[in-house]
Amino acid sequence: MEGDFGIFVQQTVNAISLGGTYALLALGLAIIFSIMGMINFAHGELMTITGYTLMYCGLSGIPFYIAAPLAVMVAVGSAVLMERIAFRPVRGGSAASMLVTSFAVAIILQTLFQNLISTRSQAVILPDVFAQSVHFFGLSIGVNQILSITLTVTILIALNWFLRKTILGMAMRAAAEDFSVARLMGVRANAVIAGAFAISGALAGAAGVLWVAQRASVDPLMGFVPVLKAFIAAILGGLGSLTGAVAGGFALGFIEIYLAAYLPDNIQPYKEALALGAVIALLLVRPNGLIPAVTIGREKV
Amino acid sequence: MNALLQVDGLCVHYGAVEAVRGVDFSINEGEIVALLGANGAGKSSTLNAMVGLVPRSSGSVVFAGKDIAGKPTESIVRHGMTLTPEGRRVFGSLTTEENLLLGSLPLDNPAIDRSRNLERMYQLFPILSERRNQISGTLSGGQQQMLAIARSLMSSPRLLLLDEPSLGLAPQIVDTIFEQIVELRNAGITILLVEQNVAMSLDVADRGYIMASGTVVTQGTSKELSSSSVVEQAYLGHE
Repeated sequence: MEGDFGIFVQQTVNAISLGGTYALLALGLAIIFSIMGMINFAHGELMTITGYTLMYCGLSGIPFYIAAPLAVMVAVGSAVLMERIAFRPVRGGSAASMLVTSFAVAIILQTLFQNLISTRSQAVILPDVFAQSVHFFGLSIGVNQILSITLTVTILIALNWFLRKTILGMAMRAAAEDFSVARLMGVRANAVIAGAFAISGALAGAAGVLWVAQRASVDPLMGFVPVLKAFIAAILGGLGSLTGAVAGGFALGFIEIYLAAYLPDNIQPYKEALALGAVIALLLVRPNGLIPAVTIGREKV
Repeated sequence: MNALLQVDGLCVHYGAVEAVRGVDFSINEGEIVALLGANGAGKSSTLNAMVGLVPRSSGSVVFAGKDIAGKPTESIVRHGMTLTPEGRRVFGSLTTEENLLLGSLPLDNPAIDRSRNLERMYQLFPILSERRNQISGTLSGGQQQMLAIARSLMSSPRLLLLDEPSLGLAPQIVDTIFEQIVELRNAGITILLVEQNVAMSLDVADRGYIMASGTVVTQGTSKELSSSSVVEQAYLGHE
């Protein structure tokens, strides 16, 4: 298959792949927000930690198929520690104090990466197969993107199953809706919040692996832009709504990729502005997001 | 016989505001006890402090021989005392059955007791069985109230605190709810009933306490209270 349609399919694959990464990140933000009422801006640093774990694993000759799950586990551990050390003491505080705390955590981690590792971008050794493409029906799709889409879909299905079919998942949905009553059901506040951070850490870790697999490098500020995008995606989807976060992530991925692919060259410099303009236009039509959370305005922990 | 629940000198402050000022009462096993009073008398604050949802500033709450005051809510419900909160507060985005399953979390042996309790709730409230896969936010007010009570009962509590179960319901539905409260007592559950509906509460209760301005102003058997003018005064706000 050649020509316009071929390019369109290619760009659609790119959009699903990028949108999927945004969706994973936005979902991580949304899970924490739905339960604690906090936007965790240090979420991006979990991605960066994942990236550095991949880098060090590559340098020590650990194969990628071991390094990737290991890096995700490091992100999970870091997320749980982050909650225990930084966020638990301010739990129940104002939204502003929790927000500022998350900014502080993000900046402290960025500074540590800069001083202890390097201020520069570092190369990450990836398996050769990632750079290859698969050809079918005359299309060529990167192995990278196939893996990325497969992984994203698998994670979304697994998370959906966990939240709907397990008692712990139901407890998390209940806690997101009404924390006090969830406690009346015997839901332990510390356990459910630690669980939420573990899941958000796993999502950030998976997104980090996908991000690094596309770029083969890691730098101290790597997490900032994708998490900012994920935040926009979460707002677009409906802040605190998990389905909304996924929808918002994919929507933003599609907007960005299609603009980059189809805008005339002389307008390309404005593509970010146009993408955000499109988000604002969508929010004007649906102020609570594409799929609003059921708990808007309700009291959080 | 020792009381199942003994509350002594319970106080609750919200900042500088004193909502509950040294409340004392007790409940014996198998009783329905009504806690009555006008809006703002401190009834809900008393219940919420008993289960640890709002902090108490002083006082003791001894349940089944243990002082549980100051313990976290999630451990109090595991001791066998639970609250069906005012306004029902079902998890509206979850199905009827998911709400009920969550109610079973405090059980010691959930693997064994969860499905048995679920069957019992469906017998007690057949409408919930019909609606088991419906998103609970779309149930009617009366159905949500039954769900909220059934959800509390899923943990097999010894003492159930009911906060305004008739609030906002049509008169027929209120009758049904009160009949079910009596059935629950007959099934061996001790109940503390907080209500605005004084006549119906004293109809089903064995004893009652009347609260005004954060303290108990009078107490007695339902019969005594029904003929007492203190009840009327408490609702009209006179001291």
